Amino acid sequence: MVDVPYDATADIPLAEVPEVDLYHPRSWWTRYVFSQDAKVIAIQYSLTATGIGLVALVLSWLMRLQLGFPGTFSFIDANQYLQFITMHGMIMVIYLLTALFLGGFGNYLIPLMVGARDMVFPYVNMLSYWVYLLAVLVLASTFFVPGGPTGAGWTLYPPQAILSGTPGQDWGIILMLASLILFIIGFTMGGLNYVVTVLQARTRGMTLMRMPLTVWGIFTATIMALLAFPALFVASVMMLFDRLLGTSFFMPSLVEMGQQMKYGGGSPILFQHLFWFFGHPEVYIVALPAFGIVSDLISVHARKNIFGYRMMVWAIVAIGALSFVVWAHHMYVSGMHPKFGFFFATTTLIIAIPTAIKVYNWVLTLWRGDIHLTVPMLFALGFIITFVNGGLTGLFLGNVVVDVPLSDTMFVVAHFHMVMGVAPIMVVLGAIYHWYPKITGRMLNDVLGKFHFWVTFLGAYLIFFPMHYIGLLGVPRRYHDIGEAAFIPSSTHTLNAFISIMALIVGFAQMVFLFNLTWSYFKGRPSGGNPWRATSLEWQTPETPPGHGNWGKELPVVYRWAYDYSVPGAPQDFIPQNQPRATPVLQGAAP
Amino acid sequence: MSAIVLFMAVIAVIAGWWLSQQRLMSKPWLEEGALGDFPGTDEMTWPAAKIGLGVFLAVVGSLFALFISAYSMRMNMTDWRTLPVPALLWFNTAVLVLSSVALQWAYVAARRDNMEDVLIGLCAGGVAAVTFLVGQLLAWQQLRAAGYFVASNPANSFFYLITAAHGLHLIGGLVALGRTTAKAWRGVEMTQMRLSVELCAIYWHFLLLVWLALLGLLTGWTDDFVDICRRLLT
Repeated sequence: MVDVPYDATADIPLAEVPEVDLYHPRSWWTRYVFSQDAKVIAIQYSLTATGIGLVALVLSWLMRLQLGFPGTFSFIDANQYLQFITMHGMIMVIYLLTALFLGGFGNYLIPLMVGARDMVFPYVNMLSYWVYLLAVLVLASTFFVPGGPTGAGWTLYPPQAILSGTPGQDWGIILMLASLILFIIGFTMGGLNYVVTVLQARTRGMTLMRMPLTVWGIFTATIMALLAFPALFVASVMMLFDRLLGTSFFMPSLVEMGQQMKYGGGSPILFQHLFWFFGHPEVYIVALPAFGIVSDLISVHARKNIFGYRMMVWAIVAIGALSFVVWAHHMYVSGMHPKFGFFFATTTLIIAIPTAIKVYNWVLTLWRGDIHLTVPMLFALGFIITFVNGGLTGLFLGNVVVDVPLSDTMFVVAHFHMVMGVAPIMVVLGAIYHWYPKITGRMLNDVLGKFHFWVTFLGAYLIFFPMHYIGLLGVPRRYHDIGEAAFIPSSTHTLNAFISIMALIVGFAQMVFLFNLTWSYFKGRPSGGNPWRATSLEWQTPETPPGHGNWGKELPVVYRWAYDYSVPGAPQDFIPQNQPRATPVLQGAAP
Repeated sequence: MSAIVLFMAVIAVIAGWWLSQQRLMSKPWLEEGALGDFPGTDEMTWPAAKIGLGVFLAVVGSLFALFISAYSMRMNMTDWRTLPVPALLWFNTAVLVLSSVALQWAYVAARRDNMEDVLIGLCAGGVAAVTFLVGQLLAWQQLRAAGYFVASNPANSFFYLITAAHGLHLIGGLVALGRTTAKAWRGVEMTQMRLSVELCAIYWHFLLLVWLALLGLLTGWTDDFVDICRRLLT
């Protein structure tokens, strides 16, 4: 590195934003409830998502009780089981993970990390949360309507989703579709904010290539979500028409209970195309923010710059683009033309390249790093291992000939829980341990945190590893009771019982985590402004937790990228992004 | 799904072009110092609201491209019976074109600081847009009277669905237009007005463009074109 001697502070006037630009709350209501401050909205998003996520967690317990001990729990009948799997899947994928990563972390971190005072359209941002809350309430209300929630499976495939054989045919499916439509409207309002804030509100010196990878991940995922969610919107509206107005967009001609139905000629495959045109990008909408966050966690806690920053950015963009041309790999068994299968298998396997680049770069960042096994770091390491594991089984399922026999077995369930269930949740948890001190000013309890990590990590493996095996045996997914079939050895039942017990234990560990969150909020050790000695801007705020407007009177000016850790010759092992010069800079210092 | 894939390809080209301007090849670990300028103060930089509208139009475009994709997949099924398009639609189209022209006129007037003309343009554009919506409702009524109900054939279902989606977007635009007109009425300074009027005009042109594409689709005018494209692709 060549040191260019100049006094940076002299020729750069401080960036000052006029006071009138900022929204000011006037009362308790507008400060904490109808707030337009991105940080408050972030916490509202996170709490709502966690609340509905707990419902989904309880549903998973109920499902596991039924699968582990069939016949023991008389209150779970086949219909309820289907309702549980549907609601569990839908809540976890959309209302928890998407909302938490983009609405929660996006809202909190984007303005702070790019050095903005707030989102660019605060009012729309507030509206986004309230529409999201409405979507969640509509979804939750389906538990209480006649007939209960829909049991169509989270993919809501027609024609069965709106036929009378499926539970929740009266109200459940209508409210589910309405809730999805609301969610998409709410998300679009938030998403516009995240994208435009990254584009327009970066502080002086914050070029795109100086942004932390967290922002890159959330930014790219938001663009993908903005373009992909309309597919779910279209599919939901059209299915709502089929259900309410009797149109035949998706409904073929059917005989139900000996009666010819009014439907005719529709195409269920059309729905599958629309659904998966959203559904596959959705996987990466959840994964890319996780990729970004985990890159930052690893870099901070290994005290080392991220390996191959440029490559990491390119990989994020490449994954985002590629994920739009792989959707039909979810439809190998729908009778598609073999050439299409070949095309989609190829594109699917190509995604493994940028993804593998990311994994190598994480590992190479750890290589000879000064690794601190803090709780966020443990979760980040847990993520890498889980993600590699889930990714490898993805290679199995991406191949048509391997997928066909494995389709709709527990192998698929194990695969996607590893890759987009456990892995992103690991990042969510790691990120909460990492940024909780900034949000509350207090540290989370370390002993409880380590307990939480080990039980969650090992427990998740003990749940999902055997599940792959059960799937290979041919045990189908979505079955209330697998019964006594010749191809299922009796040991499967023992394994199922074991998995269920582990699921209860892992669920219990999350209660410990919730206790830790609450207890530490009041009694946790005060953290100071920058407990992890991190470089990115959110740790350099004048107040902790950051005040309204984030930065006091003057916006920070950025002089360097976000990964100056262990720079040789620097007085500390990190140099904040807003620090003008590393003093003294050595000739030829390694990046 | 070719329409949406084509749309995504266009978005990808735009995104790729933009990214190519962002120095993605730079080595940030070597570049210390306060380079780069404060975004928003740069003369070349668009205001946030304009970028926001651009992103929103991409979302709306994706929505309609998906409708078109679904339409073209469904129309190949055997039960498809194309419905006769009411002649009223041509009148509606003309009115929507007028509406767009009026807003463009208002925008030009805003740039020339002529508040009176801005107000006239905005009102004329609003009235024309409302006329268009009323015309669409009348077209629905004519179809219903002729026995083309929403559920009797997928072609009918799509007609009602797509025109409704387009109409709802226009109603959303009318809310923004109403607020802009109210601002002009109150006599807000021209510098503040200019952007609002411009955004309304952009949105109107976009919806006109979408409507022309939809009209081509619904009347079957684009069938030959689509056929040629399909043959080229295969």
